[in-house]
Amino acid sequence: MSLLEINGLGVSYSGKRVLDDVSFNLDSGEAIGIVGESGSGKTQTALAILGLLPGYAKVQGSIVFDGRELVGADDDALDRVRARRIAMIFQDPTLALNPYLRIGEQLRRVLIAHGVATGKAADERVIEMLGRVGLPDPDRQFRAWPHRLSGGMRQRVMIASALLAEPDVLIADEPTTALDVTVQAQILELLDELREEMSLLMITHDLGIVAGFCERTLVLENGSLVEQGSTLSVFSAPAHDHTRNLLRSALRIDSPDVPGNVDTRPVLSADAIDVSYELPGRREIHVVHDVELTVREGETLAIVGESGSGKTTLVRAMLGLVPMRAGEFVFDGERRDLQLVFQDPVGSLNPQMRVGNIVAEPLHVHAIDMGRREIRERVIEILEQVGLGKEFLQRYPHELSGGQAQRVAIARALVLKPKVLVCDEAVAALDGSVRRQILELLGRLQAETGLSLIFISHDLAVVRSISHRIIVMYLGRIVEMADNETLFREPRHPYTQALLDAVPIPDPKTARLPKALRGEIPSPYAPPPGCVFNPRCRHRIDECSMAIPPTRVVGRSRVACVRATDQGWEAASGRR
Amino acid sequence: MNRTVKTCGAMLLLIAATAIVGPWASQHDYFATDLGNVLAGPDASHLFGTDDLGRDLFVRTMLGVRVTLVVAIVASAVSLVIGVLYGAFAGYVGGRIDAVMMRFVDTLYAMPFIFFVILLMVVFEQNFLLIFVAIGAVNWLDMARIVRGQTLSLKERPFVEAARLNGVSTPGIILRHIAPNLIGVVVVYVTLTIPQAILVESFLSFLGLGIQEPRTSLGSLVEAGVDHMESASWLLLIPAALLAVILLCFNFIGDGLRDFFDARSRL
Repeated sequence: MSLLEINGLGVSYSGKRVLDDVSFNLDSGEAIGIVGESGSGKTQTALAILGLLPGYAKVQGSIVFDGRELVGADDDALDRVRARRIAMIFQDPTLALNPYLRIGEQLRRVLIAHGVATGKAADERVIEMLGRVGLPDPDRQFRAWPHRLSGGMRQRVMIASALLAEPDVLIADEPTTALDVTVQAQILELLDELREEMSLLMITHDLGIVAGFCERTLVLENGSLVEQGSTLSVFSAPAHDHTRNLLRSALRIDSPDVPGNVDTRPVLSADAIDVSYELPGRREIHVVHDVELTVREGETLAIVGESGSGKTTLVRAMLGLVPMRAGEFVFDGERRDLQLVFQDPVGSLNPQMRVGNIVAEPLHVHAIDMGRREIRERVIEILEQVGLGKEFLQRYPHELSGGQAQRVAIARALVLKPKVLVCDEAVAALDGSVRRQILELLGRLQAETGLSLIFISHDLAVVRSISHRIIVMYLGRIVEMADNETLFREPRHPYTQALLDAVPIPDPKTARLPKALRGEIPSPYAPPPGCVFNPRCRHRIDECSMAIPPTRVVGRSRVACVRATDQGWEAASGRR
Repeated sequence: MNRTVKTCGAMLLLIAATAIVGPWASQHDYFATDLGNVLAGPDASHLFGTDDLGRDLFVRTMLGVRVTLVVAIVASAVSLVIGVLYGAFAGYVGGRIDAVMMRFVDTLYAMPFIFFVILLMVVFEQNFLLIFVAIGAVNWLDMARIVRGQTLSLKERPFVEAARLNGVSTPGIILRHIAPNLIGVVVVYVTLTIPQAILVESFLSFLGLGIQEPRTSLGSLVEAGVDHMESASWLLLIPAALLAVILLCFNFIGDGLRDFFDARSRL
């Protein structure tokens, strides 16, 4: 008998099925991955197991946990199972913590509610648990407010909270989706350590996480379980079309298929750019330091880095949305030749306007000599170019899927035939297959029109597939710049190396759990002295904290690191 | 538009039409007393009966409906136009201009309402229109605050930034991108304003600052009806029921309109 047996589980909302006939078992000590695109029913499965679905949801089938039926069980019975036997961690740790309670108080309540411990014993147990999940200085964090912690720390707190009652099963619903890749690697490392003690149900859209983590994989599509089996067999011999499609769409940093180099005239160049903010009542904060870059005609320049690295601020300064403090910015064109595509496809479209009017708006502003009919024709033409038909003219944004909305946003950005298109995390909010389509669309548009792209992303696999040259930023500075092939094959800067190590690869045969980079990105209010990366660097020497390293040419890269050599890190660490 | 909106709209139109035509078609006047026939129950001649001075209640109620509807429409129109434009402008422009504009609103807020009305009465002569001025002057303040708050969050949304990047002018952004997205809140708030305005009018009339006898409003009629609620309950029940029906209709229409104006509910 398995620990958790799910048989014919179905969930429907007023007749609409969101989950249909899902059956699987979870043994003790096992880690199962549930993958699928958004809306496939992953989270519904987790909520059904915990009895957390809203009252109007109709649940069929059976969920037997340790011999007890959970479907239809009353709240008392569920409370004996929830948290104590089955715990869950959620995608957004910010929303899962009560902002008005100190960390320690929130966690203490878990122990008290389940009668595990009270008073001083509870406090001690909480502090012990905070230490175990890798929170530095647990005594101090015990009294901290949630907003004082970073996203990664909050997720550690959530894991601590889930572990307090020593559950048998941990359900992790996209536990790292809201986190940076290096922090994701830390959290995965922590979850990996916990696997000996409990079973794990890992819900994710990221095939890389499942490949490195789970013994078995379940694939959901539109509420149906289309495939399940050992992770190795699902990945190497997928039986279902949808699985094959998911695997095909998954972008990999080790993909051999990369764009080559472009050697054209520069269309945009920036030199020694500094950007700083002054928030009312706070110290001035220096977000971008001394950035130099060029973009050539028909080239894609990627800017990568974790949140807080200043990449978005940099392009916002180039677009004129925030003032530059210093630096020179040369652009061979007018303001209208520089366009932007946002991360949130639906949010970037006015919900009260029809697609036709949204795309036509830049024309109304800039192309005053165009008549009504000409504008309409241009809008239809550009919509067709991004793969949308005439029938979309009259639609409202809420009627579009995420991918369609992003196509509309791209059409609006391209309707004036700009020279440079800036994509700020433009595919981050999209599902794998849609992401691939949008990237292909951008590549095709670039080939057809000679458009230059500045592509901001935290996702190295995306960057690998689309860019010609790549800039790596850390705490407002460029640490490395190289062409695509060089950067991924021979990363010179330790930070670039760490980023690459942290990316999960969707292939169980590489059998690699991402390697975590210690620590977190420092606050720009208090940058470390010398090389900003030195406190987290594996190759740090005393010299690193003395002066800001100059940018040097090492091999085919430009690197801001005193220790970078032509031979790579293995040779360098040998000399240590 | 859904059925509730249509039903309520039809009902309001019917009430309004009766209020316009009724007193004119009736053989009674709103001020003609008949002391020989006081507190009479409804009959064929006096459809709603008579009050304590023998005046025809039907004609007086219809007169009250007129006042109530005009107050509702004028008050909401004033708060709508001034409040939305003022709030959206202050919120969108932000900074010092916003601060100055909102302090002005705070100043008006701080002024005691009754004092404000008395002041108006003293400066101008007592006038039917002053009620509207007084109510409108107070109602747009709330609207401006609510709209400003909403605008502050709207202007951070990517689609507003996209418009700004494309060089759309400030008035263009306010009119095309901000205002249409305010409709949900605004409509709801207007439906709250209408009952409030109607109640404020009754309150002023009760204090003798509003509608003066022998003219009347639904609020004053209810007020007068309370005195005779045990002996002649219709004096209270009929105006009160009409007031309730009118308020409910406005509320339902507000709900329906909000759905109608929200593109997200359109399919």
